[in-house]
Amino acid sequence: MALPVTLAAAPLAYDPELEKVEIALLLEGIYRHYGFDFRAYAYASLRRRVWKRIQAERLETVSALQGRVLHDRAAMERLLLDLSIHVTAMFRDPDFYLTFRREVVPLLRTYPFIRVWHAGCATGEEAYSMAILLMEEGLYDRSRIYATDINEVVLQQAKAGIFPLDRMQEYTQNYLRAGGTRSFSEYYTAKYDGALIARSLFRNIVFSQHNLVTDRSFAECNVILCRNVLIYFDKTLQTQVHGLFYDSLVTFGVLALGSKESLRFSKFEECYEQLDSREKIYRKVK
Amino acid sequence: MTARVFDLVVVGTSWGGLHALTILVSSLPAAFALPLVVVQHRGRQGDSLLASLLQDHTGLRVAEAEDKEPLAPGHVHLAPPDYHLLVELGYCSLTTDPAVRYSRPSIDVTFESAADTYGKGVIGIVLTGANDDGSAGLRRIADRGGLAIVQDPATATSAIMPEAARRAVPSARVLALEEIPAFLVALAPSSSASQPPASRRSVASRPEPRR
Repeated sequence: MALPVTLAAAPLAYDPELEKVEIALLLEGIYRHYGFDFRAYAYASLRRRVWKRIQAERLETVSALQGRVLHDRAAMERLLLDLSIHVTAMFRDPDFYLTFRREVVPLLRTYPFIRVWHAGCATGEEAYSMAILLMEEGLYDRSRIYATDINEVVLQQAKAGIFPLDRMQEYTQNYLRAGGTRSFSEYYTAKYDGALIARSLFRNIVFSQHNLVTDRSFAECNVILCRNVLIYFDKTLQTQVHGLFYDSLVTFGVLALGSKESLRFSKFEECYEQLDSREKIYRKVK
Repeated sequence: MTARVFDLVVVGTSWGGLHALTILVSSLPAAFALPLVVVQHRGRQGDSLLASLLQDHTGLRVAEAEDKEPLAPGHVHLAPPDYHLLVELGYCSLTTDPAVRYSRPSIDVTFESAADTYGKGVIGIVLTGANDDGSAGLRRIADRGGLAIVQDPATATSAIMPEAARRAVPSARVLALEEIPAFLVALAPSSSASQPPASRRSVASRPEPRR
């Protein structure tokens, strides 16, 4: 007999309509009590994450989880990590970086100073990847990368710049496929079981907390990177955040989304032109 | 006989899936009136080759799904490599949440979300494969009142996945691969020529798929 599989989902007896009500109440409670606003997150993925937490806490219902997180800040911190963490890797989607080198770098050469906003940077792997790319293209000295995330815990990890050593082999392969021109080992020092990112990369990265749902634009950017973050938002919130990005980009600034994200379903489609047929790299044209 | 009304078809497969999917989509008419969501296990670096290989054999429209893409009749929405595909009311959404038992996309994840969103409107199909992903999801589809179909393991390139699904869902219809397309056409809403395309049932435009 095969091992039983536990789905990250409600028990069968659960009424999906009641579940919807309870999840809405949970999110409303979190917002009113703690200020974190997950009310416009995409329902299907949010719901999986909520049930994972319910199962990990050995609870039975969404309402029980609501009671626990409202009265126990530590439980809220655990749920917050579940809800806000994005899985990432250095040079994730190597093809994206190849295309970025080919299509975007020539545009960036025309700017005296380059502001890059990496929205939803999580633990920083992709922000450091962009720093490496800009350094190899001779642009890093006149660049500043603003890497932001909603979650203070992951930002601390990002600032530390220490990644698991056992992932370096994968990252090295990604780096080579992404068009890297040097040896990837130049960019980190192995220490115990961690890989410490080279100090030269820290120079022009600023990590800070920013909430895409509630915070405003903070700079005029030449590039905004926001890959596989908006997929966790519902369509209304996606549109709102696209408004924020639009306001934060200079004319002819570049917006890079995940390869399976699209402006097709947002009202901002006509404000941009796509720079590549495959990667979702757009240029603001009006 | 009471006609059951279905909203979408979800298909899961792994080893041997390209061959099985080719037979499935090549035998369905272009006017097939339900959306199909297909999860095929493949490597993280998998490119869009699968979509173009399948497209060569069918009048259905085959494409890797993008986030928030509307579910459309006659369309094959393929789960992209390295993402889970979740079914929401009228559209697909994607996540990069961790792999489930080494798989991303995971068949269980897609099937579960389809079952909980569309209930008895779901037709779930498990085809050939060399692991047991899809069993728990198919069980969920059946438990929520949907229709479970399993490829006859004797006709599968790898029998492990359909056998596991049959064990998990004893009530599932077991069909030879070649029988599945005609079976689906009989279950799908009529797409006769007398019906103008604009009025054809579309999942995206139906506010109340359940009940």
